[in-house]
Amino acid sequence: MNIKRLGACTLLALGIGVATTAQAHRAWMLPSATVLSGDNAWVTVDGAVSNSLFYFEHHPLSLERLEILSPSGEPVEAQNPARGRYRSMFDIELKEEGTYTLQMYRQGAFARYKQAGEFKRWSGPVEQLDQIPVAAEDVRVSEIDSRMQVFVTKGAPSAHNFTPTGQGIELVPITHPNDLVTGEPVRFKFLLDGQPAAGLPLVLIRDGIRYRDQVGEIELTADTNGQVEVTFTEPGMYWLEAELEQPSRLIEGAQRRLGYSATLEVLPL
Amino acid sequence: MQWKPLAAACLLSAMAIPACASEFSVEIEIPALNVAEYHRPYVAVWIETDKGRHQQDLALWYDLALQDNEGTKWLKDLRLWWRRSGRQLEFPVDGLSGATRPVGVHQLTFKADSPQLKALPAGDYRLVVEAAREVGGREVIRLPFSWPTDAPGQISRQGKHELGRVALQLTP
Repeated sequence: MNIKRLGACTLLALGIGVATTAQAHRAWMLPSATVLSGDNAWVTVDGAVSNSLFYFEHHPLSLERLEILSPSGEPVEAQNPARGRYRSMFDIELKEEGTYTLQMYRQGAFARYKQAGEFKRWSGPVEQLDQIPVAAEDVRVSEIDSRMQVFVTKGAPSAHNFTPTGQGIELVPITHPNDLVTGEPVRFKFLLDGQPAAGLPLVLIRDGIRYRDQVGEIELTADTNGQVEVTFTEPGMYWLEAELEQPSRLIEGAQRRLGYSATLEVLPL
Repeated sequence: MQWKPLAAACLLSAMAIPACASEFSVEIEIPALNVAEYHRPYVAVWIETDKGRHQQDLALWYDLALQDNEGTKWLKDLRLWWRRSGRQLEFPVDGLSGATRPVGVHQLTFKADSPQLKALPAGDYRLVVEAAREVGGREVIRLPFSWPTDAPGQISRQGKHELGRVALQLTP
């Protein structure tokens, strides 16, 4: 009997998993380089939303929320921003020595509802949820907290921009993210609202999916201190993603959907 | 208990009209996968010669009901089939295209006098099954056979990633 019950539970859990998993396309930024030297250093960055990494095949990434921080924490303006059919792009001139952080952070509410038979979407700050029309039906609200980061270093890596904000999922380097090479253990710590993200599941996917038959995801789980360790055997650009769901503390009865993603470069050594 | 009448019926039909009963039956298992984001695989089934030349398409399962024929966007992910056959076709192809299939075992059966097989010259062939999944991987399985067949035969192979067991049963 026990086995049967377990089976039913597993099925139920699977069913729920399938139902809540959105047809999640991957959003990403891809820098032309992450380790640079010299007086006249520039990077050019592509941004896209796609299934396969890192290919432009679905949608350009909106650059509306893009924030670039210099190694000393000063805001830097993106140069030559452009939006194509499948990708966005921008350039950054690296004037300072150290690590630049490119990020998009989104915190707020997201809603789907039906009005006069039509499906609508709304997103905005939690306190503006009352903008959703009273006549809306089938309202499904969730709280969103998602962060996307890319790190680019001229000269020696620096750590100024890694001070945690205490909001959402954050990466705290033990190994600097611009100091990743094959064969050496890489350690990161992850925080959830400033606390160690114990048990956080993470996925790493290497670029060039088109040229192999299996995606070959690397799956990791953060330990009780929120730490993970991985030794890369293959160099390349990797996409890191963590996703988490928990009850929202800001919106009653809603789920809070947290996400973190980063594009990391592993160099051969 | 059920196999007895079944076996008897087969025997009977085989004795009565051997040519007409000749059958080519393919079983394809779509495996259950424990992944965060699952989409049913695209699958192409075809016959190639023992030299690897494309001979005859048998089935194509893809998202054929999407708006604006959008499901055809990923047909090229069936890389081998796309190169051998798909890129020369116009979609949807009557008698070939079908919807993607759920997890489970699916059967395709062709009679010797079906449009797919009636023009197949005698010779050595391979059945090819290729599967590709959105946000997933790709896998190809080949099963060799001779045509026409004068004795019942079965051959099968177990997939490792995108396909489960693939079996070909020939009935003379």
